[in-house]
Formats: sequence, structure tokens, C-alpha cells
Amino acid sequence: MTVEAQSDSSAHPQRSICIENLSKEYVKGKPVLNNISFTVQGQSSVAIIGPSGTGKSTLIRCVNKLIPPSSGNVYISGENITHLTGRNLRMARRKIGMVFQEFNLVERLSVMENVLCGRLGYVPSWRAWLRKYPQKDIDNAFSLLDSIGLLEFARQRADSLSGGQRQRVGIARAIMQEPHVLLADEPTSSLDPKTSVEIMELLVSLSREHNIPLLINIHDVELAKRFTARVIGLSMGGIIYDGPPSELTNDHLKKIYGGENWLQ
Amino acid sequence: MSPAPLRKWERFTFSERLARFAVFLGFAVALSISLRSVQIIPEFLYDAPTQVADLFSRMWPMDFAYYPAGIHDAMMETLHIATLGTLLAIVMAIPIGILGANNIVHFPLLNWLSKLILVSSRSVNSLVWALLFVAVFGPGPLAGTVCIGFRSIGFVGKLFAEALEEVDPGPIEALTASGAPWFSVFLKGYWPQAAPAFWGVFLFRWDINVRESAVIGLVGAGGIGMVLDTALNLFFWNRVSVILLSIFVVVILAELFVTAIRKRII
Amino acid sequence: MTADTAKNFGPAFKTNWWARAGWLAAFLYAAYAANYLDVSWIRFLRGLGNGAEFLAEMVPPNFSRWQLLSANLMETVEIAIIASAFGILFSLPVGLLAARNLMPLWITWPFRTFIALCRSFHPVIFAILFVKAVGFGPLAGILTLIFASIGFIGKLFTEAIEEISLKPLEALRASGAPFMSVIIYAVLPQVLNRFIGFSSYQLDANLRNSTMVGIVGAGGIGGTLFAAFQRFDYDFLAAILISIIALVMLSEFISTRIKKVFQ
Ligand SMILES: Nc1ncnc2c1ncn2[C@@H]1O[C@H](COP(=O)(O)OP(=O)(O)OP(=O)(O)O)[C@@H](O)[C@H]1O
Ligand SMILES: [Mg+2]
Repeated sequence: MTVEAQSDSSAHPQRSICIENLSKEYVKGKPVLNNISFTVQGQSSVAIIGPSGTGKSTLIRCVNKLIPPSSGNVYISGENITHLTGRNLRMARRKIGMVFQEFNLVERLSVMENVLCGRLGYVPSWRAWLRKYPQKDIDNAFSLLDSIGLLEFARQRADSLSGGQRQRVGIARAIMQEPHVLLADEPTSSLDPKTSVEIMELLVSLSREHNIPLLINIHDVELAKRFTARVIGLSMGGIIYDGPPSELTNDHLKKIYGGENWLQ
Repeated sequence: MSPAPLRKWERFTFSERLARFAVFLGFAVALSISLRSVQIIPEFLYDAPTQVADLFSRMWPMDFAYYPAGIHDAMMETLHIATLGTLLAIVMAIPIGILGANNIVHFPLLNWLSKLILVSSRSVNSLVWALLFVAVFGPGPLAGTVCIGFRSIGFVGKLFAEALEEVDPGPIEALTASGAPWFSVFLKGYWPQAAPAFWGVFLFRWDINVRESAVIGLVGAGGIGMVLDTALNLFFWNRVSVILLSIFVVVILAELFVTAIRKRII
Repeated sequence: MTADTAKNFGPAFKTNWWARAGWLAAFLYAAYAANYLDVSWIRFLRGLGNGAEFLAEMVPPNFSRWQLLSANLMETVEIAIIASAFGILFSLPVGLLAARNLMPLWITWPFRTFIALCRSFHPVIFAILFVKAVGFGPLAGILTLIFASIGFIGKLFTEAIEEISLKPLEALRASGAPFMSVIIYAVLPQVLNRFIGFSSYQLDANLRNSTMVGIVGAGGIGGTLFAAFQRFDYDFLAAILISIIALVMLSEFISTRIKKVFQ
């Protein structure tokens, strides 16, 4: 079930994440991720599941180099970003939207400012400071806020919102980047079950609507099965399962999470 | 039904912007008036680098032999002035702080009197206090100690009054309801809750007072400052540099000491 | 409520012994130090007699030289305003550059040393050195207070920055925002209120200290005050002190007003 080797980067269509033989060790000799390879492209949404501490967050953070990988390559829409630094890295990161477990909003800024933060990669600092964004960005931000149902909150401070609303703002910020790919690191773990479903619906529908491949870390296997077209099971730093959710059996889950008592 | 979405976006409302603008404008006007009317002789500024170089060249080499001969005792005196002065401030600040806490003392006049003492203690600079007490007690460490004590009342008392005002009223109501006398209500109800903040304030102020007691000697109030004053008047720059260095070291040590204790206690 | 009460009482009883030992040690120390410093009750009481005379000479305050007084007060205010403006301006970048969670070690340590140096010396020592460097007059006072401001605001601002949440920074970095935009959007909003608080406090402090730098010749009302002392001109002295206290209270009033605008 593992993915075919990706060597020919020119063959990649637009808008894809391609991970090639990625390894990461924080401590020498103790790899957290071991030779991971897979590709996500088109409108597909992919869930990464796996036990706590197995390296899901590490994997997703290696994609935008928030954590530098130890070896291997990451291609975003065909561009190898593994060795980029400085300004080039920033240019590459604009193409990668990211949604966080704890939303990572700037609490003291308004919802609108938080959404516009997604444009910071495109706007010079002095304009950002004066809040002089191009009118197009402001229009986009308003229509995005409208579509996530937060239009009347635009002027409120982010810390006055509920968890679900904050995560919506976090998602809107990522979409504002006009990213080629969207990463989400446990976007629903701080939320209640109903809100979690709404957030997943929002993520998947926005990814469809804007034609952005989506890579989600998620603890909740049921949510993963319900909303994504493909599940990657990670355990001990390697890929144990990679396929459609319908084929994910209890046996696979036992292999991924270990033990079986937790399965009813 | 819903109104057309507002497409214009600005960070602040109009009145917010107006208020901020007024503050900045006010400050800018005050600054430009000040810059225009203050009497600065530019030649002095151009000359500054040579003067500074000259100063440093005279300070070097440092006269370290002077430390045991003339500095050490004065430095000890400075530390004692700082410590004793801080204790004095506490002894005076506790009653004044209590008078100022309007949840303990319900006489507005006394509250107000306490605030007046606190404000003037803080507004008058330590050197000015030192001058006053040198005039009263004559030159020497007595004037310095009283000066440090008086100067610190404002700080200690204000923060102490704030700590008392933040005290949780629950236990106090319980004690009052049980008919405890006033003093034991204070001792059992207020003090335990305010004590940590109080000791924190004490340490913080002691740290400041070490710095202050190093200079009040410049006007005759004892300690290392008097030695510094003599060295300056006699143009013994290589002694001045040793004195400054020892003040620097003592101040840094005092700060490290306070930080270490605060970490352990609070 | 009861649980809360118990929590408040708990540590108090535990530390009680320490507190008692502390009080005892403080008492013993006070006796020793008083002896060392030759601070005695008799001298103190004799001083109080002097003090009474001194106070008697101060009333009524003599405002007849009000022109000199107000000119000096103006200069004091000017020194405070100029020094605050530049001090605040400089301490913003200095504080940012000294924050260990934003900058690499080789940048932070020179700035931290600089801040420590500004803080360790009492302003009056800076004033003495600046008077030697740029001569008598307000310029020395301004330079002194600029350094004092950087020391105070710089330290507290750095500490405030080191306490911020790094989560929004991570998010903005991940979106490819340039460094300056990350600072403007993710760092400053978290600390700006405190910065304004420190700054307005320092404005007050500068005003208070600018009444002092004159004692060593660095401009402002301090020089006149010192001269009044030396000439035993105590009724004029009283007038000066009253005006200084009034000025400081006025500025505290203004700065609380200003703080409200920025909240
Ligand atoms: N900065 C770091 N330095 C050293 N080790 C780290 C670091 N970050 C993570 N690790 C280790 O790497 C492993 C994987 O961590 P990671 O956060 O990627 O797991 P995860 O799968 O996201 O877990 P969870 O589901 O709990 O979020 C863990 O064993 C962790 O201890
Ligand atoms: Mg994780």
C-alpha cells in the first residue's frame, strides 16, 4: 500500500504535497519519523491517525519546515522546499496554509485583523503596520467571514469568541493565504463533538471549493473516516496503513494503536 | 433583510482614533516646544566625545589599592543605611498603609492624610530628602537612614495598601462575625493574605535602596557617596573609577541576591 | 468559599515560624546596625528639635521669586519631556533586541548588558559623568534621563516580551510573514499595553528625577533648590518643594488620563 517513489518532480500537477523518504530525529539515533513517503494532490483530503507521541505533529510541521527534517524531501506543488531558507522559505510558506489545535490567533487583535494576518506574506511590513491592505484582500476577507458565518464579529477581539468560532477564524486566516495545500494539526481536539463535526465540514468544504489538498492530523478515527477520502495510519514513525477509510479494519487499528481493549 | 455588508474596514472607531491622535499630537507639540526652548549649547555636544575620552583616560589605570583603604568601610555603611532605612520605612509604612486602606479605616480624612504622606514621600526625590535630613540631623549616616526610610514609605505603603485592598473579604467577615477584636482580625485575617506581597515589596525596595543609598552621600548623608564626592572634588579620577566599579558590583550582587530569595520564598 | 478560605490560611500557618524568626532577626539586626552607624535615640531627638526650627523657618513659603521658580520648573518639564520621548523611542528596539525568545544569544547579550549598565547606576551618577562630558546645563540632564529610561523600560519590556505566548508567532511564521510583520502583529499586540504603562510611569519618574539632576548641575529646578539649601533660604525652599510636589501630582493625574485612552 505504500506510495510509489517520487523522483520526477516535473510530473506533479499543480497543488500537491509530496513527501519523499522523510526522516526526523530530535536526538541522534532515535528517529521519530522513519523514511516516510506519500503524495496528496487534487481535491483529496487525507487524515493522518496514530497514537500519541508517534510523530504526527512532527510530520506535519516538517512539511512547512516549522521543524527542519533530518533527511528526505518535501515538494509543494512540485517545488522542493526542503533546503529553502530566508526569503525563499517565506515565499514557499505562503503556499502552505496551516490550522492549529489551539487556534494560535492573536487574542488581542480583532477577528478581521486575524483573518488579514493570512496576507502578511504578501504585504510589506509597513503597510501591514498601517493596516493598509489592498482593497481586494479586505473584500476577500469579508466574503470569507461571511461564508464562515462570522461577519458580524469582524470588529470584535479574537479572545471574545468561542472555541469553535476561533477555529473558524484560524481556518479563514489559512485560506486567506490562497494556499496550494492546507495542513491541520488536530484542528478539533480542543472542541466539543458537535463543533468538531462542523469544523471538519468547514475544512473539507473549503478545501473542495478552493481546490486545495488537505492534510489533517486527527485523533478521532470516526471523524477521519467520515470526512476524508484517505487515511494514513502512522505508528512508531512509519506508515502502517494508507488507503480509503472503508478498508480500514479493526485489525489495522490494532496494529496502529496497539492493544485491543479500547476497541469495543 | 440583512444590511449590505460594510466593505470599508479600519482598525479603530472614529472617536478612538481622535483620542489617540489627540494624545500623540499633544505629546508632539510638547516635545517640539521643549526642543525649541530648552537651552542646549550644540558646541558642548560636539565636544562630548573628546571629553568622554579624556574622562576615561584619566580613570585608567584604576587605583585598586584605594578599595581597602577608603572604600570598603563606606560601602558597608551604605549597605547598613539601605537595610536599616528599609526597615524604618516598613515600621512607618505599616500604620500609614493601614490608615490608607479604606476597607479597614473608614475615616476619609485619615485615608486622605495617609495618601498625602505617601504621595509626598514619592514625589520628593531621595537626594532632596537627603538634603532636608542633613539640614536637620547634620551630615552622616543618621540623616541617610532617615532619608531612605522616609523616601521609601510612599512606595512600600502604597503597594502595601493595594495588597490589603485586594484581600479576600471572606475570612475577615468570618472573623468579624465571630466577634474577634480588631487587632486579631488584622493579624489573622488580613496579614496572612497580604504577607507574601508585603515581603516581596520589602525585597524590591531594599534593592532600590541599595542604589539610592550609594548616592545620597553626595549631599552629605553618609556612605559611599561621600567618598565619591571627595574623589570628584579632588579630581582623583582613578579613584572615582574604582568607586563606580564597586557600586556597580554591589548593586548587581544585591539584585542577584534579591532575585534568588524571591524565587525561593514567593 | 470554604475551600478558598482554607487555601488562603494554609500556607500562612506554615510560614509563621519563618516569619517570627525573620522578625526577630530583623530586630537584632536593626539594633546592631544602629549601633554601627552611630544612630542613636539622643541624636535623633536632638535632630527633631532642629527639624522643628527648620520647619518654622519654612513657613510661610516665599513665592516672591516666582519668575525664577517658574522658569526653572519649565526647564525641568522640558528635560523630562525630551528625555522621555527619546528614552521611550530607544527602549522599544532595545527591549525587543534583548528578548531571548525572539533573538539569538549573540544579539541579546550585548543589549542585556547595556540595559543592566543603565539600571545599575543611579541617575545622579550618570548626571555627574554627563556634566563632565557635555558641561553644565539641561543637555546633561536629558542624556542622564534617557539612559535611566532605557534601563527601566528596557528591562520591564524585555521581561514582558519573554512572557508572551509564542503560538501566534508560530502561526504567522508558518504563513510566510516577514520578521517585522511577525513582530508587529504577534508580539506588539501582546505587550503594547504594558509598554505604554511602563512608558507613562517612566514619564512620571523622569519628571521626578529631573528635579534632582540639577543638584549636580545638570539643569532644571534642582540647582536652585540646592542653592536655596546652601544659603539657608528655607522659605524659598518651601516654595520650591511645594511646586515640585504639585507638578508631580499634576503629571500623575495626566498620565492616568492618558492610560485610559489606550486601554
Ligand atoms: N522539540 C522536540 N525535541 C525533542 N523531542 C521532541 C520534540 N518534539 C517532539 N518530540 C518527540 O517526538 C515524538 C513525536 O512527537 P509529536 O508531537 O510529533 O507526536 P504526535 O503524534 O503529534 O503526538 P500527539 O498525538 O500527542 O500530538 C515524541 O516522542 C516527542 O517526545
Ligand atoms: Mg501532536
